[in-house]
Order: sequence, then structure tokens, then C-alpha cells
Amino acid sequence: MFGKMKHLLVCGMLAWGSAAARDLPPYHPVSDERLLNPEPRNWLMYRGSYDSHGYSSLDQIDAGNVGQLELVWSFATGLREGHQAPPIVNDGYMYVTTPQNHVLALNAATGELIWRYARFLPDDLQQMHPTNRGVALYGERVYMATVDAYLISLDALTGELIWEVPVEDYYNGYYMTLAPLAADGKIMVGVSGGEWGIRGFVAAYDAMTGEEAWKTYTIPAPGEPGSESWPGDSWQTGGVPVWLTGSYDPELNLTYWGTGNGGPWTGDARPGDNLYATSVIALDAGSGELRAHHQYHWNDSWDWDEVSAPLLIDFERDGSTIRGMVHPGRNGYLWFLDRGPDAIGFVDAWPYVYQDVFTGIDPETGRPEYDMSKKPGIDYQADFCPSLWGGKDWPPAAFNPATRLLFIPANENVCSSLVGEEARYVPGRTFTGRGEADNGGFLIREGAEHIGELQAWNVDTGEEVWTATFESHNWGPVLATAGELVFMGGTNDRYFRAFDAGSGEILWRYPTSSGITGVPVSFAIDGRQYIAVQSGWGVDAEREQNSINRVRGASFYVPQGGSIWVFALPWEPAP
Amino acid sequence: MTGASSGKLSRRSLLGLVSAITVAPQLRAQPPNRMRPQAGDELVFDDGPSLGEVVRPNLIELHARPVAALARDPASGVLRDGSRLNRVMLTRIDPEELAPRFQANAAGGIVAYSAVCTHTGCDVFNWDEEQLRMACPCHESQFDIYDGGRVVGGPAPRPLAMLPLEIAGGAVRVAGPFRGRVGFQQAF
Repeated sequence: MFGKMKHLLVCGMLAWGSAAARDLPPYHPVSDERLLNPEPRNWLMYRGSYDSHGYSSLDQIDAGNVGQLELVWSFATGLREGHQAPPIVNDGYMYVTTPQNHVLALNAATGELIWRYARFLPDDLQQMHPTNRGVALYGERVYMATVDAYLISLDALTGELIWEVPVEDYYNGYYMTLAPLAADGKIMVGVSGGEWGIRGFVAAYDAMTGEEAWKTYTIPAPGEPGSESWPGDSWQTGGVPVWLTGSYDPELNLTYWGTGNGGPWTGDARPGDNLYATSVIALDAGSGELRAHHQYHWNDSWDWDEVSAPLLIDFERDGSTIRGMVHPGRNGYLWFLDRGPDAIGFVDAWPYVYQDVFTGIDPETGRPEYDMSKKPGIDYQADFCPSLWGGKDWPPAAFNPATRLLFIPANENVCSSLVGEEARYVPGRTFTGRGEADNGGFLIREGAEHIGELQAWNVDTGEEVWTATFESHNWGPVLATAGELVFMGGTNDRYFRAFDAGSGEILWRYPTSSGITGVPVSFAIDGRQYIAVQSGWGVDAEREQNSINRVRGASFYVPQGGSIWVFALPWEPAP
Repeated sequence: MTGASSGKLSRRSLLGLVSAITVAPQLRAQPPNRMRPQAGDELVFDDGPSLGEVVRPNLIELHARPVAALARDPASGVLRDGSRLNRVMLTRIDPEELAPRFQANAAGGIVAYSAVCTHTGCDVFNWDEEQLRMACPCHESQFDIYDGGRVVGGPAPRPLAMLPLEIAGGAVRVAGPFRGRVGFQQAF
């Protein structure tokens, strides 16, 4: 029974009491109602709201005054690697996760530590992606999905472990890095492991007891719809991870999850469409039933995980409003879809970075056709653009509903070369079947003057309004605010920047101690608006830097080490 | 499931409880397949064309792509496959070129390095045949097979642990425990 799993003196917990807690108001429990309509002063979930807009309606900090933005406090996490989590804020309490599954609870106004939870991870763990993307809040609890594949529930006020449940066995290549989704009384998570021969799934747990409510695989078992798209036993080790938080439409009671690559990497190892790889899937929040899907590209052979959850956006087309969703794909196309109770329809799509694989898109279904010379296979090396990190990897795009602009953190001018080899499945070993490309595997297009981009698109007209460019590659998650600003780091020069949302002009920047791949947020306390972000370079941003260095014969170095940074306008406290 | 209420020894439960104060002494006993390679163990290929065969020097060519192997207790026949920290990668080097301080760990030119990267614990399965470096697919750390697994690229903080070898009865055997710490260390 899960009730028996409650053990308070678990070895993984380090907690410190602090005077900071005494200065804080009583904890404000996070109800379903609050999650459905988060107060502008708070940032209660991964993207701030269930529609994944990454938007704050706070406007005290605006294009006119952002140049005065100053550091209020910072806090060193003491850890290396990719600090990707947003600071989640609930009325003065801030919760931040780090690599190695620490959770820090801080006084959001002062940066004083309230408690710290540090998970002791097993010695034989492999971490291909040493990161974590944040907590979920529900009731008076904090939830984290761990890299050793547990879901844990902590007391929001003390950091005490209330329960932990094994979601899968890390030894077989399952792990978790996403922020859980709290909705409908449940805590939902997906599993990583697309490089390890897992069978991906999304699972939901009762928020109070930790009891499993449902579990839906991303690869159908034989006999289930879609199973014909996997040959033989390949469904058992076909990958299709889910490693980013889903969106949620409470009216339809549907959660929308992006799914990752099939395994092994080259599609000829698993001939067929491979449902539901590289797709968006709609799961009923109550039952987990898979109600609809749209596959962005079939038989993935480029490691183009489409794990970013779509932004739920109602957009205009031909004079009418479509209840839709928008997805800047890792495959380099910007997808507009129609979301209904039992179907996801294709609206339109076009490339937002140079893409040389698709030769056409079926106007009815959205199914792409391929230039097969660009499709890697076993013993067949192919060059393709964008690179295996895609036009946009995991860093989330943001949307300003007032101005209708979508902001995409993109990478242009980079390509990959892949060749497959026969892969033998061994539990707990990589199962990519990736061979050694004879050109190093990473290419920069000739004449390229930049790589990183921040793009602004009008979702109603389909117009690209502006694009800011960076010499560096870009791994920066985006925050949009009602102050007509966009915030993003992501470049190897360690800067955190504020952009004019209308023009893309850089209005303010701050050099942090490491590169920023953390999700920025905004919140307010006692009427003062704050912008918060973690810096802490690592994981794939570091890997891509290594690849760029190799191509350019350079040795550019980005320092590691995590810190939380909180900014605001100069402020005179009330007497 | 976490082990707190389970009397049965499983790998997960043991990992969850190794440092919990309530663990009964008998739960701490390590089954022989989880023990690190012991002096006198033979080695068995864990991958490649000779999968399952006893490792003999003539089965590994000079500068061959490193191949995974596991230790096996010749007396009991127990294969030490209970922990991935037990896995080693084997290749053959030119003994005269091996850094002197590591020569005692090689046998007939065969060297064995831990398969587990010291950065974040991934298997070091890649191979740079031009530079003769073992490499990790996760974060591209590289290790010099001629210098005790010294880090020559990427984020790994420490060399790969080396497993001393000897040749007995025509087979490659373990001569002693790992030299160096196996696996990665959680920093904080």
C-alpha cells in the first residue's frame, strides 16, 4: 500500500529551518481553482498557466523602464550542470529544482533559504541529461520527478518527504527530468529514456496518496490501434519518451503531451510510422484514455523529439477563430493544429528555419514527404538540416495573447550528419544505433553569420514580425510579459536579456555567472514585480558548444555552476 | 515497493535503503553477482562477436575497439552482472608505450578500464580509433588508454578506474580490485 510508503526519516532529505520562514505569510494552499486561474502575482506551474503560454500579465516592468532593472538577490545552488527549472512562486514562497534533484525553498522576496531537499541518487545511475525542469505545486505539497524515476511529494513548508513512488526502474534506462503536471487532483509525469530502449508513457498519481490513477503508453501494444506501425517486438523498446510538461485544456479535460524520438535512432531499424512517436497526444485527464493524436513526422530518423507541449492558442484563419494549438517543431516547421474533443486537425505548417528534409506537406493531413537522401539509415550516412537539436529543442516558446505574437527560441544554420548501425538491446545500455559519421556529425552551413535566433510570429497572420540573431547557439527558454517585453538568456556569453516585444531590440542585459538555460518567470510581492531565472550551463547546450568548437577549431568555454537570479526595478520600501 | 515494507531483497530496495538506519544486517549482505571483480576471477565477453566466451589474449587485437566484459568466479560460476559498476572495457595496447605507473595493471598488452564514466555515470562505449581514446556518448568525455584512463577531453573530473589483470591458464584474469573509484560522485 502506498500509505505504508510514508517514512519521514528518509536518508535523502536534508532540511534546514530558517528565520526566513518567520517573515513569510501563512502558506496559501494551491487549489484546482487557483491552478485554473493563477493570480498574476504568482507563477504556479512550469509555464505559468495550463495553456503553456509562458506569459505574465504583470506590467510594472515595461519597455520604458526595463533599463533600470537591477539585481535584488542571487543564490548559488552549489551544483554543476544544466539548471533548467523555473522558479515556481506561490505568494512569497519560491521553489527551485536543480540537477541531482535538489529542491530549494526560498523566501522569494529576499532569497533566504527556508529548506533544502537533496535526493541521494544511486551510485550506478547513468545521467545522459543531468537536469530537472521544476516542481509542481498542489495543496500544501511540492512534487518532483526524479532522475532515478521516482515521483516524490514534499511538505511545502518543511521539505519533509511525505511519500515517494517508483514510476519505473532507472536501471533499465528510465528517468525523469520534467516538471510534473498537477491537474484534476492528479500529478502527471512522463518518462525520459528514448536513447535507452524504453517504452515511453505518461502516468498519473493521486496527489494525496501517490496511488497510480492511470498509465498510458506512447507505443501501442500488439492489437491496439497504431500497433501495426511497429514491426515485430520493436514496440517494446521503441523509445517515444515524454520529457516535458503537458498542456491542459480544462474544458475538454484533455492534457496534451509532446512525444520524443523512436529508438534506435534511424527509422529503418523499425520500419513504419511508429505511432505515437514525434507526435502530440491528447490524454483524458480523468482516465488517461488517448483521445486524439497528430504525428508531426513519421518514422523519425533525425532524433527530432517533438516533446515540447503545444501552446494552446485560439488563432484566426480566413476570418474565423480556430480553437487551436501551436508547436514550433524540433523538425524546423511551425505547426498550427485544431484541437477538438476527439480529434486533432491539421491547419497549416511552414519552416521557421532552414529545413532540407521535407519536400512537401499534405494539405489535408499535414503528413510530410521526405527527400529520402536526407534520411539516415543503417550504414547510410545522411546530412540534414536543422541539426539533431532541431530548429528548437526543449526550451519553451512564449505567447503574448494581447499582441498575438509567438516568440520562438531558434537555432539556424546548423545541421547534422547521422549514420546508423545495428543495435542490440541490453537493458540499461544506450540503444541509439548511432554510428560514427565520417565528418564528425555536426555541420555549420557555409557563410553562416549567426546561429541563435529569437523569432516573433503573429499567429493570426502567419507573419514573421522580427528576428533577433546571436552569433552563439541559443538554448534560452522564453518569458513574455504584458509590459511589452520578452526575457531570454540561452547564449554562451552568459547574458540574460530583455527584448522590446514589438521590435526585438535589446533593452537591457545582465551577465550572470554561467550560461542561462533556465525558464524565466515573473511574480509580484507587495506590489513589486520581479523577474527570476536560473543560470547554470550544461547538458545539450554544452554538447552543442563542444560540437561548434570542433567545427571551428575553437575552445570556447562556458563556466558551470548554478545560481538563481531575481531582478526588479529600484524600490523604496514603504516606511 | 520502496523496500521499507518488503522483506525480499531486490536491487531497487537495497539501493533505497543502504543508508537508512532501520536496515536489518542481513539485508546488507551483498550477493556474489553484485560484488566488484575479485582477484582470480576470469573475464567473459559481455558484448561483441565473442559474447559469452572467456576472454583470451588472442581474441583481442592491438588497438581494437574496446569491448565490454564482466568478471566471473571460476569456482562458483557466478557472473558478476549484478551491478553495471562491475563492467569493464577491454582492449590491447603496446605494452612498451603504456605509462610506466600503469604497466603492472596490464597483462600481455590487455588493459581493462571501468565502463562507467566518472562524469554522470554513462557507459563509455564510444571509441576514437584515430586518437586511441575511449569516449562517452553522453557528454563526450574522452580517456587515454595509454595513460591510466586520464581525462583528455570533456567534462569528466577523474580518470576511469583501471582493473589490474593477469594471464593464467591462457585466459585473462583479474589480478586485484579496481585501482580508483568506479562511477561518478554526486557533487554537493
